[in-house]
Amino acid sequence: MKFERYGLGIAKGMALTFEHLFRSPITVQYPDEKLVTSKRIRGNELVWFPDKCTGCATCAKSCPQANIIISTHRGDESKFVVDKFEIDTGRCIFCGLCVESCPYDALAMGLSYECAKYRRSDLVMNKEKLAVSADHQPSAYFRPQFDNKLPEQSLLLYDKKVGGQKLSFIPLSKRKRGPGA
Amino acid sequence: MAIRTEPFYLNIGPQHPSTHGVFRLRVTLDGEVVVGLEPIIGYLHRGIEKLAETRTYTQNIPFTDRLDYLSSMTNNLAYCMAVEKVGAIKVPERAEYLRIIFSEIMRISSHMMAVGFFLNDLGAMMTPVLYMWREREKIMDMFEMVCGQRLLYNYMRIGGVSQDLPEAFMPAVKKFLAEMPRYIDEYDQLLAQNEILLARSKGVGILPRDTAIAIGASGPVLRASGVKWDIRKMDPYSLYDRFDFEVPIGDSGDCYDRYWVRMLEIRQSVRILEQAVAQIPEKGPIRADVPQFFRPPRGEAYGYIEAPKGNIGFYIVSDGSIAPYRVHIYPPTLINITALQDMVIGWKVADLIIIFGSIDVVLGEIDR
Amino acid sequence: MTLLDQFQLLLKAENWPDWAVYLTPAVAGILLIIVFILTIVIVFIWWERRLLGRFQLRTGPNRCGPEGIFQPIATAIKILLKEDIVPEKADKLIHFMAPVIVFVPILLIFAVIPISEGAILVDLNVGIIYVIAISSISVIGIFMAAWASNNKYSLIAGMRAIAQMVSYEIPVVLSLVGVALVAGSFSMIKIVEAQAIPYVLLQPLGFMIFFLGCLAEMNRCPFDLLEADSEIVAGYHIEYSGMKFAMFYLGEYGIALAYAGVIATLFLGGWQGPLLPPIIWFLIKVFGIFSVIVWMRATLPRLRVDQLMSFAWKFLLPMAVINMLIIAIEVLVGTMQWLMIILNFGLAALLILLWSRLFTLGGGRVEV
Repeated sequence: MKFERYGLGIAKGMALTFEHLFRSPITVQYPDEKLVTSKRIRGNELVWFPDKCTGCATCAKSCPQANIIISTHRGDESKFVVDKFEIDTGRCIFCGLCVESCPYDALAMGLSYECAKYRRSDLVMNKEKLAVSADHQPSAYFRPQFDNKLPEQSLLLYDKKVGGQKLSFIPLSKRKRGPGA
Repeated sequence: MAIRTEPFYLNIGPQHPSTHGVFRLRVTLDGEVVVGLEPIIGYLHRGIEKLAETRTYTQNIPFTDRLDYLSSMTNNLAYCMAVEKVGAIKVPERAEYLRIIFSEIMRISSHMMAVGFFLNDLGAMMTPVLYMWREREKIMDMFEMVCGQRLLYNYMRIGGVSQDLPEAFMPAVKKFLAEMPRYIDEYDQLLAQNEILLARSKGVGILPRDTAIAIGASGPVLRASGVKWDIRKMDPYSLYDRFDFEVPIGDSGDCYDRYWVRMLEIRQSVRILEQAVAQIPEKGPIRADVPQFFRPPRGEAYGYIEAPKGNIGFYIVSDGSIAPYRVHIYPPTLINITALQDMVIGWKVADLIIIFGSIDVVLGEIDR
Repeated sequence: MTLLDQFQLLLKAENWPDWAVYLTPAVAGILLIIVFILTIVIVFIWWERRLLGRFQLRTGPNRCGPEGIFQPIATAIKILLKEDIVPEKADKLIHFMAPVIVFVPILLIFAVIPISEGAILVDLNVGIIYVIAISSISVIGIFMAAWASNNKYSLIAGMRAIAQMVSYEIPVVLSLVGVALVAGSFSMIKIVEAQAIPYVLLQPLGFMIFFLGCLAEMNRCPFDLLEADSEIVAGYHIEYSGMKFAMFYLGEYGIALAYAGVIATLFLGGWQGPLLPPIIWFLIKVFGIFSVIVWMRATLPRLRVDQLMSFAWKFLLPMAVINMLIIAIEVLVGTMQWLMIILNFGLAALLILLWSRLFTLGGGRVEV
């Protein structure tokens, strides 16, 4: 092997690296700045709507891990009353098949991805923790009715400002470059 | 009087920064020259094939994500194609276009990851990786817009795809495709003529053409050895015969050719994507009407596609019930690394790491 | 007349006892040098991490203190508080002494680097030769560390270390002869004072050879295969933790500072410059050289050991000998300085072009 290009290849590579010094960095300083996730995020939790759920257990039948445990009894007008609705989010793979299969839109994926706990037993969600509430909102995965309540994703705004912080996410070099340079 | 030396055994163990996963190599060295090689796999075995026998066809799709976790759309696609062959299901046209768009974007992402980590093994301290991940972040954000996850998508379903696109997806893809050629040119400026890269990888780890065909290699490894074999051209599945693209091949089958074939394939993927985005029908069904507990007729089928790493295939035997009787996965990477002994013996330890990196291994696929 | 000599004369005039006159300036000089080294090394650690981050499109550390200036102190505290683990079958005495033997010669080099006008510990009239001689001692320390760790990975690193560092001494020494010929002396202060035009312009070839040789001596990219953390996972200091690892870590930045100081003195004109105080000019030059070193680390992959050796013996050594001959002929004939600049640049370009055509790296594969 010979030094065919007399070091020119190395010089061009180093020139490119030098040019990157003049682009602003693309780091997002988590946890001070957070990117907004998409509307259809399959977050690390699930949101249950008790008034829509009829206890049919279609979600439990479609889970690959058999994670959902439902127990009911017959109430008045021979409707099911759900006693226990438990999901072990430690074993869940967040595939969303349960959300996809619910015929009454009673189950949705959550928004949060910061659901770490200190004990494994705290990851088992019972029906009070799963119920929808002010700080436990659903995402729009397979549920387009929640689309308009959620903020726009950061990717789509990358040349605008969001809430005072400049998302200079992917700035290009100002020098024009033709193909095959 | 000749000095008597002994060979010594080095264990490039399951925990190593460069084995791309938990892969163990027991190497016999004579000084720095590799004299013998013994790979030991199985550290990531999760029993996916056995688990698949007790789950329905739709419940198996998240498990196929986790095979080659860096390009999970293509794994989903191969499995869904196999099931559709068993069940004789016809996929609507818009769904086929969506499948092709997502597979090709996945190919770009997987190749960029492979090339970036090939250079990381060479010693360029994460700089090419970080430049390529800038684009990969855009790809992952676009996928998150559609299916909610960034790595393990669970997007394809039997008979189509699971959800339709939001309105902002097509403009984002068009913007991405418009910027992509400039960035690929930048990568070429940084890497393609770099003397040190040429010195380290030209002529190293040659896989001769006959050996490559004999062991059944596929994907960029095969094409770099000079064999023009791409399933998208030889046996086109799912509307690839409507697109105009080339299949890049290399001359000699060394590490540089494998890297260069991948960079050329990224350019060809951008070309296919531009045509697909222009041709996709505006509206249409995105999924064929398949019940949740789908019972295909008795039979067997083999569905295979051109994944970024090679030819991935699923062999499904169905006995008429809601779960398959047998699922067998044909992983391209496992077949590609059977040539490791031929490629590596005679080179040095440093070359062993590079040759292994240029085959582009993901352990999830080898161990299943 | 260095500053310490003037201090000594002052003490003698004040009628201090003889041993105090001898000892006080020496101790004061040594303490000042150690403070200088430690301060600048800490700034180097911060500067390298931030600059490497900016090359890779990210910010470096910016959490500890404003813009991360306390990060090296946090690193130092972390390393000091770690447990000192010695492997069971390691050779305890050699394992203990190796970091000392690596670190102390680096401190000794600073005795002859002029930081400012007259600010030098001792003005030896064999300054350059002293630098070369002392810096060779570190090789033994590295090999002791590699051998005593009882670890095959570090043994491979140790073998590579000796080969690399010994074979790069020779081009370095030969290129320094050119500097000494033009300046007419080996003493560092006289070389700085003789540089009306910096020697980087007068001897570009010598500068290039010296710079590349110093990179190899410092084990920095692209010659950092001793601590190639993608192949042999941290090389010779794989079994060190705690304060001993801190000595290796500081030693790496210390020797970068030392060689940057030597290059600034010999080739860039030392402390000379128009407006600012001399010590500021020295620091600017040292930081400039260090930034170039970090720039090369960010871009280039690393060479393999046999390519490194052939680069030293077949490329740098003949060019160093020819460079020495050219400079000797020019000094003998007595050419004027502007003529020397033009002639040397032209000859350097010609030599690099010619030699690149003739230079082959040799085969890689060994028949087994």
